[in-house]
Amino acid sequence: MKQLTVISGKGGTGKTTLTAAFASLAKNAVIADCDVDAADMHLILKPEILEKEDYYSLEIARIDPELCIECGKCREFCRYEAVSENFEVDPYECEGCAVCTIVCPNGAVSMKKKVSGQSFSSETRFGPMAHARLGIGEETSGKLVSTVRTNAKKLAEQYHKDLIIIDGPPGTGCSAISAITGTDLVLVVSEPTVSGIHDLKRVLELTAHFMIPTVICINKYDINEENTQLIENFCAEMEIPVIGRLPYNDIVTKAMLQEQTLIEYAKSSACLNENEFADQVCQIWARVENILMGVQDKQTGIKTLKMKNL
Amino acid sequence: MKIAIASGKGGTGKTTVSLNLALSLSDVQLFDCDVEEPNCNLFLGFDLEKVEDVVCPVPVIDQEKCNICRQCSDFCRYNALAALPTRVLFFPSLCHGCGGCAVLCPEEAIQESQRFLGVIEKAKGRSSPEFYRGLLNIGETMTSAVIKELKKHIDDHKTAILDAPPGTACPVITSIGDVDYCVLVTESTPFGFHDLKLAIGVVRALKIPFGVIINRWGLGDSRVEEYCKAEGIPVLLKIPNDLRIAELYSRGIPFVQEMPEWKEKFLSMFEAIKLQLAGVEEART
Repeated sequence: MKQLTVISGKGGTGKTTLTAAFASLAKNAVIADCDVDAADMHLILKPEILEKEDYYSLEIARIDPELCIECGKCREFCRYEAVSENFEVDPYECEGCAVCTIVCPNGAVSMKKKVSGQSFSSETRFGPMAHARLGIGEETSGKLVSTVRTNAKKLAEQYHKDLIIIDGPPGTGCSAISAITGTDLVLVVSEPTVSGIHDLKRVLELTAHFMIPTVICINKYDINEENTQLIENFCAEMEIPVIGRLPYNDIVTKAMLQEQTLIEYAKSSACLNENEFADQVCQIWARVENILMGVQDKQTGIKTLKMKNL
Repeated sequence: MKIAIASGKGGTGKTTVSLNLALSLSDVQLFDCDVEEPNCNLFLGFDLEKVEDVVCPVPVIDQEKCNICRQCSDFCRYNALAALPTRVLFFPSLCHGCGGCAVLCPEEAIQESQRFLGVIEKAKGRSSPEFYRGLLNIGETMTSAVIKELKKHIDDHKTAILDAPPGTACPVITSIGDVDYCVLVTESTPFGFHDLKLAIGVVRALKIPFGVIINRWGLGDSRVEEYCKAEGIPVLLKIPNDLRIAELYSRGIPFVQEMPEWKEKFLSMFEAIKLQLAGVEEART
């Protein structure tokens, strides 16, 4: 079973749009929405939930006011400043380390479980889907990302699917790391803006750090062709293949408003421009599939992916 | 006054709003709290200098003293310590630096050293806005620790603008947790609307007064505006889906610099925020 993760250095580059399009093109795949902070894929894929499970993040501390003698030990030892002056635990500050439970001389502190979200195994018109909802203001989204990936694997086994397509979160922190570790290929969706280039470099450092084969797709390449060239030069230098460039196109928003993938939308569209755009996405998908399957791609010449340390 | 600029999702224009607002005001501090992908200075181009390293205390186990009683590894909630039959292994990237293992160890075999998580940088000399940012090391997960350290540089006598990271999880809570006001930037598309509702959930849970900016206004539909109207949420500003703004952004130019008429709009937005806060204060007393 192969795993592809789509990430972007920067948010709003079209990651979910592209992943949803891939979902409608892939023949035998499970979809995993690992952008658990701002999961959006369900808005397009309309999953029918088969299984739902509560998700527990780390336990947090609770001080029993009956037992608390206000000695201040917990405040002294808590490195996250989570205990207030009147000996209440701030649930947003508490990291669940439980140091307070061992320093309290009166056994007033206990660790309490808390439901922090739900993970789902679902069915969509394009096949099975694993996704989740993180409770508002909850932490440890990296752990929830891992849960979604585990569920996706289970679904793949259960339904005999040979590919998992993962929509990853933005950034380079704990959730992004959880979404890419151990995957076969990372596709980075980038855009030709100064911030897009900056974030692309950071995210490429991340995939290099974890030694994961990486390819790039430049979205909205025509909003600044000079910057597009900069990205292509940089990628050439780093030996990271650019497997596609897509122009800015309204089809993305139009398809979203119809709650369709852009491939579905293009099928009913008579607009040449929109059909062309969808064709380009199909080509990108074909390349990704070839790379995943280890087939030599005619246009890019890629067979095995090389990585250079950045 | 501390104002955070947040949004449920990335790419809605948080950095654009933070920068243009900061450049429209005087005597203001700007903090780039998106330490995973800090972008503000790409538009400001300041010379930065390191203010400090952000570190996390980590255990160092004296294998001579350790008798592998397993208390530390059993206690560690982050699985950063693993007791093998012959020694205790430590995985630095999992450690949150709580110090519990050192407190517990009956043999006093655990000392602490420091692991570098990232840096805090500021603009050299006297810059306007006064600018600080955090930068998380690549491959590092302790995002919130860097943000916390960054926020220690806020001067309470000044207006501070905080460019928050995307999402609704811990780094966002750390960034916006104690601000006076939150500006939520969104766009009127199904994704934007969905994520806006999540962001509203966060600011409501934290009891932070807030308002909405609709970016790329004209794109999508009117659902965000209708929702805000129905919920009594102030729409502070509408930034049109303007090719010129997008093009300036792509080149790293904050649009108030080329379109000065927008400075006035950001200033009046700032005044409206102050009025809204005064109203909130009045309602409280």
